Amino acid sequence: MFDRRLIQYFDWGLLGVTVLIAALGLGALYSAVNGDPGMPHGSLFVKQLIWYGGGLGVMVAIFLFSYKSLDRWAYVIYFGCNLLLAWVLLFGKYVGGARRWIDFGPISIQPSELIKIGVIIVLARFYSRFATTRGFTLRDLVVPLLLVMLPFALIVQQPDLGTAMVILLIAGTMTAYVKIERRSLLYLLAAGAVAVPLVWFDLKGYQKQRILTFLNPDRDPLGAGYHIIQSKIAIGSGMLTGKGFLQGTQNALSFLPEQHTDFIFSVFSEEWGFVGALILLVVFLVLILWGLNIAYNCREPFGAILCVGLTAMIFWQVFINIGMVMGLMPVVGVPLPFVSYGGSSILTIMVCVGILLNVSMRRFLFE
Amino acid sequence: MKRYLQNADSDWFKRRLSGVIICAVAAFVLLMVRAFHLQVLQGEELRRLSANNCIRLQGIDAPRGLIFDRHGRRLVDNRPAFDVGVILKDARPLEQTLARLAGYLHLEEAELRDRLARRNGEAAYKPVIVERDISRDTLAVLEAHKFDLPGVVVNVVPRRHYIHETSAAHLLGYLGEISVAELQNGLFPEARAGDFIGKSGVEKTFEKYLKGERGGRQVEVNANGQVVRVLQTVPATPGKNIFLTIDQELQCKAETLLEGIAGAAVAMDPSTGEVLAIASSPTFDQNDFVSGLSNQVWDEIRANPFRPLENKAIQGAYPPASTYKIITAIAGLEEGVIDENTTFFCPGHYRLGNRTFRCWKRGGHGKLNVVEAIEKSCDVFFYQVGQKLGVDRLAWYAKACGLGTPAGIDIAHEASGLVPTADWKKQRTGVSWQAGETLSVAIGQGYNLTTPLQMLALTAAVGNGGSRLRPLILQSLRNPDGEILYSCRPEEIGHLPVSPKTLDIVRRGLWKVVNQKTGTAWVARIAGIDVCGKTGTAQVFSRKKNEALFAQERPAFLNSHAWFVAYAPAENPRIAVAVIVEHGEHGSSAASPIARELIKTYLRSPLSQTVAAGAVEAPAVDELGMPPG
Repeated sequence: MFDRRLIQYFDWGLLGVTVLIAALGLGALYSAVNGDPGMPHGSLFVKQLIWYGGGLGVMVAIFLFSYKSLDRWAYVIYFGCNLLLAWVLLFGKYVGGARRWIDFGPISIQPSELIKIGVIIVLARFYSRFATTRGFTLRDLVVPLLLVMLPFALIVQQPDLGTAMVILLIAGTMTAYVKIERRSLLYLLAAGAVAVPLVWFDLKGYQKQRILTFLNPDRDPLGAGYHIIQSKIAIGSGMLTGKGFLQGTQNALSFLPEQHTDFIFSVFSEEWGFVGALILLVVFLVLILWGLNIAYNCREPFGAILCVGLTAMIFWQVFINIGMVMGLMPVVGVPLPFVSYGGSSILTIMVCVGILLNVSMRRFLFE
Repeated sequence: MKRYLQNADSDWFKRRLSGVIICAVAAFVLLMVRAFHLQVLQGEELRRLSANNCIRLQGIDAPRGLIFDRHGRRLVDNRPAFDVGVILKDARPLEQTLARLAGYLHLEEAELRDRLARRNGEAAYKPVIVERDISRDTLAVLEAHKFDLPGVVVNVVPRRHYIHETSAAHLLGYLGEISVAELQNGLFPEARAGDFIGKSGVEKTFEKYLKGERGGRQVEVNANGQVVRVLQTVPATPGKNIFLTIDQELQCKAETLLEGIAGAAVAMDPSTGEVLAIASSPTFDQNDFVSGLSNQVWDEIRANPFRPLENKAIQGAYPPASTYKIITAIAGLEEGVIDENTTFFCPGHYRLGNRTFRCWKRGGHGKLNVVEAIEKSCDVFFYQVGQKLGVDRLAWYAKACGLGTPAGIDIAHEASGLVPTADWKKQRTGVSWQAGETLSVAIGQGYNLTTPLQMLALTAAVGNGGSRLRPLILQSLRNPDGEILYSCRPEEIGHLPVSPKTLDIVRRGLWKVVNQKTGTAWVARIAGIDVCGKTGTAQVFSRKKNEALFAQERPAFLNSHAWFVAYAPAENPRIAVAVIVEHGEHGSSAASPIARELIKTYLRSPLSQTVAAGAVEAPAVDELGMPPG
């Protein structure tokens, strides 16, 4: 069963890029958790290392079988993840006003991270079967829409708007990739243009306020607006070459909120400056282009769509997170892949890389 | 499947990737340009701002809503107070600064360090409050040495001020620093450690209206932590102002009358249920609580045998004594065991089995009907009514009149009192109800317990024609600019279980109590005003078992409690009162004069003529410093 060519075609380049980003991410995390005296610093870093170790194990396990079995198991995986999401809503751990975690003894996981993979697999299965050069019509899109809305609704209930939004964007990217029929696209755009003002006038005053603040953090100078200012100061004060490793000052005094999760790019950029930020961005771009290249080289639709979905996941999280801390985007809690602290996030990203590697090394194999 | 795929082959998928790649690259170029903009173009400026962690957030406390009486007289406001804080990050050199500061504040340096240590994990750029409410002299010293005290800040904060010290203390309540438990129980989502919240009385009940919304400002500070400029401000929203139904003049009168005795006096407008005065004695000074109570004051309060912290008007449960005869009379008339003309003979005692029950008047009242029995408060008459009714029928009427459940005032910890039934006793003690106990209950002794507020609500209902109204204390809720957000309305919670005829009989009796020479409260009459009332003398210990003791001098705490409930004028009453004087001995001598004074004060006050003047006008806050007229 084990084919020698698998090793021959192993994608060392992708693994290399992954290791590089992981190393940069761990460095940034080390600085972020070390600077703040109020934090149990050592333990978070060690925990992250352990998660990386676990993620590596899962990644290797994914090599052992062909990604094509994901096509077969798509619905099982998808509904399994949804069950976990429902479980979270019913019995999840309540932390900071949201129910996002399931406790498994010493570790707890966020099913909302895992469902991203589940949605990508199930959409790849659906689209790979029904794709035509004509593109999908509105009627064709009813099933994918339902497949996306189920986990979306469950995640909004937690509430975790950031993750819910990422899932929509991933699904949107995959749908655009397999093409929407021109007339249907026009209908969709027109419906959207009509719906937005209708919904807007139906909202209550405080709901409008919340959305406006979301779009423009400056409206909330004591909350989100303040965080973004501090984040911009941290990033900008890094200037060209940065203040040096562990030399960040914004971080040290807890000026930044969530400096080890959502705002970790600010810590990194303060210490490594524009040069560091540029390097990190370039490495992320290389990873994304690499993922798209795997899709390009894949000779069958399921693998290609799967890789586009997985790459879209990485892309959107990087874009939203970094855009947010630099004041380009609304303030939403989306972790930066490989860098932000968080076990489920690391596990998900390692699964994602594992599947990309899997597709890549089987690109010359035929059934 | 094949049918669909013949068009979308792998080359088609390859071609579609180009769009994806272009979008991804464009997005990353955007991020890089933004990083260049922040780090290279704006880098210099942002580095300067980061040097001292210049941009800071300062909270602005919302001024708490003020509290007024029904005529707009100010009862509670806020005064500026000065709190001293230390910003650890800026206080360099720390040793020297702390030593100096301790000196100026007349504190031990160790104590100062101790307070600083309590900051529990707050960021180092946030001030830790080390001393609250410093004097103006200390403030002057700190200002003069400002430059020797880097990192020391003086915050002006609004502090609660109870204008009439000790007045209406139980009603208004007081503020206290929020406790760890309150921070964690989720009832105060916006509160932070160090905040003051209402801990009792109106301050607690209406916390959410009074507190307002905290604001804040983004400021830029220099290396010493001093504000250079304000970047953005979100103003605090002041709390809503509360207008109580209380008449401060009447409240003060009640407190003056109760001075030196333990007891309570409550007054209500019988037509609306608005509580006009609610006094409990002895009282305490709420201002002592505002800046944290000293151990000495606290110990004094705790050691006082007359329980100053207890609001006796709503928490004190006493046997209602003869005031309960109102209910026995109603029950007897309604159940038909007596009518207006039924008479009993009172020889001064009543025999039941082998036991003798005394009337309070040794010689007896002779032959009397129900109106006369109320007037003279004849025990023997009501023993017989009670005996015919039985305890359970009596209890039904008592409950229907509102006894046994809290009257429903918006102040926490109102007592329910107790209406005994045969079942209740059996469950509670395991012993069956004894016929003799019914006689005690019929004259308000035995297991009966009521609060002054419950008796007040009952009296008001008798006065207004039978409508049971919830006692209200919130007259209106207003914005600081005077806009009325809420205005109270009478809330009928039930009707007395009486026919108009029965009520008329009872009311005639109550009128005679005060307005006939032979009535028990002849002393409470007021020329020109028809007062109706009922006295009560609640034994706190049994005469029967302690006959010997009764003959001699006995300590004051064994004296009976004195009750008086009343309403006036007789037709369309405008005020009802209930007074209890603990160990005051006789309702007629100890309690009824207090009620008399309250009624007189209220009905003769020019303000009360204009019914609820405060409810009609809505003067802006700034004009409300002085009592109108």
